[in-house]
Amino acid sequence: MTALLETRGVWQRFGGLVANSDVSISVGRGEIVGLIGPNGAGKSTLFNLIAGVLPPTQGSILFDGEDVTRLPAAARCQRGVGRTFQVVKSFETMTVIDNVIVGALVRNTVMREARRKAHEVLEFTGLAARADVLASDLVPAEKRRLEVARALATEPKLLLLDEVLTGLTPTEAQTGVALVRKVRDAGITVLMVEHVMEIVMPLVDRAIVLDLGKVLVEGKPADVVRDPKVIKAYLGDRHAVGA
Amino acid sequence: MDKDFAARRRRDLIIAAVLAAIAALTPLFVKDVVVQNILILTLMYAGLSQSWNILSGYCGQISLGHALYFGLGAYTTELLFMKFGVLPWFGMLAGGVVSALIAMGLGYPFFRLRGHYFVIATIVIAEIGLLLFHNWEWAGAAMGITIPIRGDSWLKFQFLRTKLPYFYFALALCCLAWFVTWWLEDSKWGFWWRAVKDNPDAAESLGVDVFNSKMGAAAVSAFLVAVGGSFYAQFVSYIDPESVMGFQFSLLMALPAVLGGIGTLWGPVLGAAILIPLTELTRFKFGGSGRGVDLIVYGTLIVLISLALPRGLLSLFARPKKTGVSR
Repeated sequence: MTALLETRGVWQRFGGLVANSDVSISVGRGEIVGLIGPNGAGKSTLFNLIAGVLPPTQGSILFDGEDVTRLPAAARCQRGVGRTFQVVKSFETMTVIDNVIVGALVRNTVMREARRKAHEVLEFTGLAARADVLASDLVPAEKRRLEVARALATEPKLLLLDEVLTGLTPTEAQTGVALVRKVRDAGITVLMVEHVMEIVMPLVDRAIVLDLGKVLVEGKPADVVRDPKVIKAYLGDRHAVGA
Repeated sequence: MDKDFAARRRRDLIIAAVLAAIAALTPLFVKDVVVQNILILTLMYAGLSQSWNILSGYCGQISLGHALYFGLGAYTTELLFMKFGVLPWFGMLAGGVVSALIAMGLGYPFFRLRGHYFVIATIVIAEIGLLLFHNWEWAGAAMGITIPIRGDSWLKFQFLRTKLPYFYFALALCCLAWFVTWWLEDSKWGFWWRAVKDNPDAAESLGVDVFNSKMGAAAVSAFLVAVGGSFYAQFVSYIDPESVMGFQFSLLMALPAVLGGIGTLWGPVLGAAILIPLTELTRFKFGGSGRGVDLIVYGTLIVLISLALPRGLLSLFARPKKTGVSR
């Protein structure tokens, strides 16, 4: 079976800065893949290229067998790419349920169905009790969950999570991890950007490490964390020699 | 929860029907022409502000150039009538369509602008429209157009001896704008608009067609405002660029909504119900020889209300929100 998502030789330059150089990755159906790397490795750029925020300078992006390189974000959402934002972007003047309805309207044109779908998703993500609260009144961990809920309401095939677990308390992070597993069990492929290794590694099936805009290593989490190249990228030469 | 929601929608509709019925009966008790005049203007501005609120309140694209659509409605109607003998009823529709098309034509470049830049563009465009009409000989230029009144006629929508038909038309316009808002509020468009207002990037990622949402809002908003403009032209039976396209109309459409509660269903009606009589009364009480005292009083009141209730008058009626933090 073909991969759900594939990037082929993707480059992104911002003036003289090369954020991604020749990145080719693939994400199979039903996988949870972690995209990790030190700060400035180009994770967020790659993430935005996949979500369709901007087209790559060079290279192509295939989703579900279709070339989506030039498609804008909204069109990718319709094809089944859902995403969250690293800096949460809730619709602050709208209630939680209304936030989620916006997402649900992608596949449900009748309001009543969109509303029902939104309630379903709120149950699934554990936000049901907060349905009628304004998004601006949520605590940060709930806002993160709302991001996930909104994206899930679009019924994605691929869910892109941008640092949803970063900055949470350990308990909140555990709840988040459980939610990601639940999402995968519902048949949705997950690609997540994180830089907190100890949270991501036990969760993902496969990890892709980016460094200086290139794919450094990819493989099973257990192998990746022991790879000298990865240790060097994160901690510097001195530690890699010891490994 | 869904039942709550449906009940709230139904309650809004019932309140609106009751208010409309009460409004419809007022001419039975109010015979004073001056007061009737104030009522007509109040209803008209409520309808206009409600229409403005669709683009600027719900969709968040603040326009201070809606005078352009108001004027286009007025001019389209009167030019069609004077030059081609087209009845105002058809002129009204034509004005709406022309305005909606122009709003979309302008939206094509300007909806790429964000925030303050968009606001500035709307002001500038309306001023350009004003200047064009000032210099357009065929449309009467600065002299304007006087509509000849030949007695009361529903066909030509002109009345000399009574203001009642105007009153009921203004009421109908206000109800129409309110109902369109009510109806769109719980539709895909309504949700898209609010999403676009709050965060266009997030909206885009959820499959919202941001650009076309704005275009749709602009078209509906401009259409309704133009119908208001047509009505106003018939009501005053004389138009010139300043008196139907002046900047004050843009402000008088925005202020009631802002004062009452921007982006809300009831804000514009509530705002207009307070603001327009206030405008007229301060002019009546403090206007005249002093020139300007009325505006000082009026301005002070607006400042006071804004300071006390930054979210609009409607926040007085808001139910206490569930804001308790739960984990």
